[in-house]
Amino acid sequence: MNRAKTIVGALVAIAVVASACGGAGTGGTGGAAKPDVIVGSTNFYEQVTLGELYAQVLEANGYKVTRKFNIGNREIVYPALKSGQIDLDAEYLATLLAFVDKDGKIAKPTTDKKETATGLQKALDADQLTVLDAADATDQNGFVVTKDTATSKNLKKLSDLSPFAKDMVLGGPPECPSPQRPFCIPGLKSVYGLTFKDFKPLDAGGPLTVAALDGKQIDVGLLFTSDPSIVAKNFVLLDDDKHLQLADNIAPVVRNALLQKDDGTLRRLLNLISGKLSQSELNDMNKQVAVDKKDSKDVAAAWLKKQGLIK
Amino acid sequence: MSFLGEVARWFADPENWQGPHGIPVRILEHLELSGLAIAIAVVIAAPIALYLGHTGRGGFIAINVANIGRALPSFALIGLGLLVAIPLGLGLGFWPTMFALVPLAIPPILTNTFVAVREVDRDVVDAARGMGLTERQILRSIEIPLGLPLILAGIRTSAVNVVATATLGAVVAGGALGRFIVDGFALRQYDQLVAGAILVALLAIATEVSFGALERGTVPPGIRATP
Repeated sequence: MNRAKTIVGALVAIAVVASACGGAGTGGTGGAAKPDVIVGSTNFYEQVTLGELYAQVLEANGYKVTRKFNIGNREIVYPALKSGQIDLDAEYLATLLAFVDKDGKIAKPTTDKKETATGLQKALDADQLTVLDAADATDQNGFVVTKDTATSKNLKKLSDLSPFAKDMVLGGPPECPSPQRPFCIPGLKSVYGLTFKDFKPLDAGGPLTVAALDGKQIDVGLLFTSDPSIVAKNFVLLDDDKHLQLADNIAPVVRNALLQKDDGTLRRLLNLISGKLSQSELNDMNKQVAVDKKDSKDVAAAWLKKQGLIK
Repeated sequence: MSFLGEVARWFADPENWQGPHGIPVRILEHLELSGLAIAIAVVIAAPIALYLGHTGRGGFIAINVANIGRALPSFALIGLGLLVAIPLGLGLGFWPTMFALVPLAIPPILTNTFVAVREVDRDVVDAARGMGLTERQILRSIEIPLGLPLILAGIRTSAVNVVATATLGAVVAGGALGRFIVDGFALRQYDQLVAGAILVALLAIATEVSFGALERGTVPPGIRATP
């Protein structure tokens, strides 16, 4: 009995709130009604910052935003998005495609951003979701050297390593040499023709790799492209010029139901963010949050102001 | 059966015996790491235990404090060691692992050495004192020689613990035999993983046996049981 009452009460409350908000929206802007938006994120600081970017730009344009951050991993957040407990979140193209379409029946992630985004949209259709424009910023595997190494050997991209690799030590996760890891040692060999003097098993983009690179125990390290220590330690991320890594560009994924209620402003605003979110901009924000311990809310607001997206 | 065959094939592969990542180098690294940990533990624990055992003071507190070393998880200490070692420029692997191994090695050495000195027949010590030996002479020529087998038994226990635990060093990018286990797991090469475990076990047994022999060799002739 009690539970039934609670549920009914909750439903009534939701209905009242929803109608009240709808009314306010219509009256407030004079144009089309702005739907309420629930922005979600996984439990990772980069995701919270991205969620703040989306939430704040929407709020500045008259949307009523609810934040549901740090929900959990993708295994929890994706079903929440699908079922409407959240309306949108920041995603990574290749990883989400592999997650939604596990066997690659609809599409397989590739190293190309556009191709992967198209494939991902096909896979998302069944779940009534839309992927908006993807940013240039990625969170994928990246090979990193120290500033000293980059300057002395004039390194900018991975293929610049070819004359030096045979005298350099590579560091990365212990599984890097495995033939099942095409992004690591096998891929460096087949795509770039790079064979290193030695490999030092460390961790997957964690403190060991950062410390080993910093302490010159390795020359080249495998980190994530948006790792805050790249900015903090002045490391140089080598451009993946021959496209070894799958395209894990950052893009907002939105429920179709929300887009249908909207007049297109939401899509335009979020695409503006993606258009300005470069790798170095993202890494700088990650460093401010993870290393300088600033609040992601403030970091996101400062960035949006700098880009002229909010006042 | 076929899996054991794979492990045997791994051992038979000459490539696994060569170069900077081969079995001999890894064993040497393992011995270097364990040996230094034991040496540091002896230097720290033995003087304290000898003093306390000889004077008979404060032993209870010392032993209980040392026993905290047994309660601290080595895995956590390695992580802590990493936090200490990196800012000090000591690098990865060796020193962070040392940070975990020394506290593990101290308690058996401390306890056994204290008990070894304490348990020496008081009549012998009193007689020595009556003959005019100084306290230092009593310790050096009576208490230590008579207690030596028990002291060595403490070092043996520590050494076996340390040899088995030094495996963890591979988690913080160290060398030694743990490398085979951690890499075997990461690469899903289970033959390598099991081979690494066998090597660690063999090394621990070898440590146990050689210290056992050393203990028997150090029993003073006067109190050696005649067969």
